[in-house]
Amino acid sequence: MSEKKHSPLTPLLDWLQQLGRFCLGFFERLGRGHLLLFHIVSGIPGLAFKWRLVVFQLYSVGVLSLLIIVVSGLFVGMVLGLQGYNTLVDFGAEESLGTFVALTLVRELGPVVSALLFAGRAGSSLTAEIGLMKATEQLSGMEMMAVNPVKRILAPRFLAGVLSLPLLAAIFSAIGVMGGYFVGVDLLGVDDGAYWSQMQAKVDLHDDIYNGVIKSIVFGIVVTWIAVFEGYDCTPTSEGVSRATTRTVVHASLAVLGLDFVLTALMFGEG
Amino acid sequence: MFHSRTVEIWVGLFVAIGFAALFMLAMQVSNLSTVTGDDGYEVTARFENISGLKVRSAVTMAGVKIGKVSDINFDPQTFEAVVSLRIDSRYNEIPTDTSASIFTAGLLGEKYIGLEAGGEEELLLAGDELELTQSSLILEQLIGQFLFSKAADGDDE
Amino acid sequence: MTYMSNVNDKPLIEIRDLHFKRGEQVIFDGVDIDIPRGKITAIMGPSGTGKTTLLRLIGGQLRPDAGTILVDGQEVAALSTRELYQLRKRMGMLFQSGALLTDINVYENVAFPLREHTELSESMIRSLVLVKLEAVGLRGARHLMPSELSGGMARRVALARAIALDPMMILYDEPFTGQDPISMGVLLELIHTLNNALGLTSIVVSHDVKETITISDHIYLLSNGKVIAHGSPDELEKSPSDWAQQFLQGLADGPVPFHYAANDYAEDLLVTMGKHMKGGAV
Ligand SMILES: Nc1ncnc2c1ncn2[C@@H]1O[C@H](COP(=O)(O)OP(=O)(O)OP(=O)(O)O)[C@@H](O)[C@H]1O
Ligand SMILES: [Mg+2]
Repeated sequence: MSEKKHSPLTPLLDWLQQLGRFCLGFFERLGRGHLLLFHIVSGIPGLAFKWRLVVFQLYSVGVLSLLIIVVSGLFVGMVLGLQGYNTLVDFGAEESLGTFVALTLVRELGPVVSALLFAGRAGSSLTAEIGLMKATEQLSGMEMMAVNPVKRILAPRFLAGVLSLPLLAAIFSAIGVMGGYFVGVDLLGVDDGAYWSQMQAKVDLHDDIYNGVIKSIVFGIVVTWIAVFEGYDCTPTSEGVSRATTRTVVHASLAVLGLDFVLTALMFGEG
Repeated sequence: MFHSRTVEIWVGLFVAIGFAALFMLAMQVSNLSTVTGDDGYEVTARFENISGLKVRSAVTMAGVKIGKVSDINFDPQTFEAVVSLRIDSRYNEIPTDTSASIFTAGLLGEKYIGLEAGGEEELLLAGDELELTQSSLILEQLIGQFLFSKAADGDDE
Repeated sequence: MTYMSNVNDKPLIEIRDLHFKRGEQVIFDGVDIDIPRGKITAIMGPSGTGKTTLLRLIGGQLRPDAGTILVDGQEVAALSTRELYQLRKRMGMLFQSGALLTDINVYENVAFPLREHTELSESMIRSLVLVKLEAVGLRGARHLMPSELSGGMARRVALARAIALDPMMILYDEPFTGQDPISMGVLLELIHTLNNALGLTSIVVSHDVKETITISDHIYLLSNGKVIAHGSPDELEKSPSDWAQQFLQGLADGPVPFHYAANDYAEDLLVTMGKHMKGGAV
């Protein structure tokens, strides 16, 4: 302390110190996050004997997200139908509406929008739940009862999240395609046969559907991982839990959008 | 666990709906039902110009989709494009003198290959080459020719 | 090997030269404690001395900076995760807050360790749970959720859970706070009986000096990171240490500081006043 002289460099040094501390903190969290992921994944095989835990989490993570996914999927599909029709009809290409709606949903909006909704609906509640369990010493208590909370609490939630999101994204896309059909065919008069046949001609099982599913699996892993880690790593106070919950939604959404770009470039880059 | 049965029923329902959606995407939305995977046979065709044709573009006959373009290569000796067509095995009675042309769906639409059957008795087999081909029409060239002929007409007057 | 050590009279827990810091704050600065087998040992000290921390160190949730903690001959900090979990199965810990699982009811909370660690049939589990709940007087409350319990009831449920696996030792963190005189009496009785009937070793952390003294065989007084005094209740009452006397009799003034370490009070106040004056001058 006493060595600190008041030179013009002092603010710079302070700033550098802060930067250093920030970076160290960042790498520390990054490391902890990956170690936790490792421990969670190594706990997944043990869940074979505790499938009830996973079923229960599938309910609170998957089933409870179903409503928001179905409603959003329907509306997104309807909007795509309307906007797509308005654009395509200028080129006399409204027959391609099915292709447009399906490709947009299957490749992009299905995985991405459902991951964003999932982060808000299921991710935040996972973080809050685990954070509160930490704050009320339930996790500590479990450790003292010789039950590993990473295996007992985190692993089933993680697995349920990773399994749920691809299914939710598929539901989102399927409902969206029907929403587009409703607006395009029933309301705007696009030919029924053209809607489906153009779609089937252009949407490829391997390139589009599989890649969409792979995307949503990756998003499922990332979103649930962030949610579970933030809860487990939070400061065990009510303020800490609420901050962690916010961080989950923000970080998970950013991660989804960033990864989407990377994955899209990898999968669809070479047309 | 409380309400264990209700929870299980809901989860079962959720998983079922999820797989139904995946199934619908595979069967109804994608091309799985129209072209049955890879169990077709492949023939090749050479074109002077294929501009706009892509891998996965449709191969049709009388307007019906019977296969897709599986590969496009350039032959440096002849300066031609070598296009591989994978044709669904259902359509295995195509004469050898069938001609292949590159068409455009609508004015600005996608390129596709249209096959027109010839009169030969012999049938196409895997690995055969379609001899009669007609290249893609290039809009710029057409317009260029049109203007050129217009100008020529003008000179005559 | 661990069975052999049961036979001899070595203490169940031996703590030697324990040092532990939380950041800059020194919590233990060379502490030696022996917890004898089959006895009730009380650990007392002012709030914030680190009694809870000590229990967590014994349970292996924290690691000492220096020194050793031997539980039944095994050094806690050197155990692998698997060994540590094996050891914890033989320890029951009653948390200060209860730490009940909030998404399952009282019955399931008590059944939790049984379901996790044994393959008992549902009817066996049921009878065990009911026995434990009866012991803490809450058999009738088994369908309640933890949120529907009072603080004192939650602590008793947590106690029932801590003894569910019939551990060799139980660590009680403040078992009496929030208990009415009757349930306090019941709890004292319970701790005493458990100890004598089952041959358990108990560590009781408590502020309720009078009550705790009646059941404990041995008492440690902690303050400022050191053991200030220890001995049987009789020895302590005759202890010449001012400190021990102040604590045992609950006097406000004496060598024990009531305040958390801070800089001079008057100085602190002056600083605030200075700030106000500056603010006023602007
Ligand atoms: N997670 C933590 N991080 C930093 N410091 C902590 C933490 N937990 C406790 N402390 C500090 O450690 C000291 C001892 O805490 P501890 O909970 O062990 O006290 P205690 O003796 O159990 O007090 P009480 O009788 O009030 O329960 C306290 O001064 C507290 O400031
Ligand atoms: Mg405490």
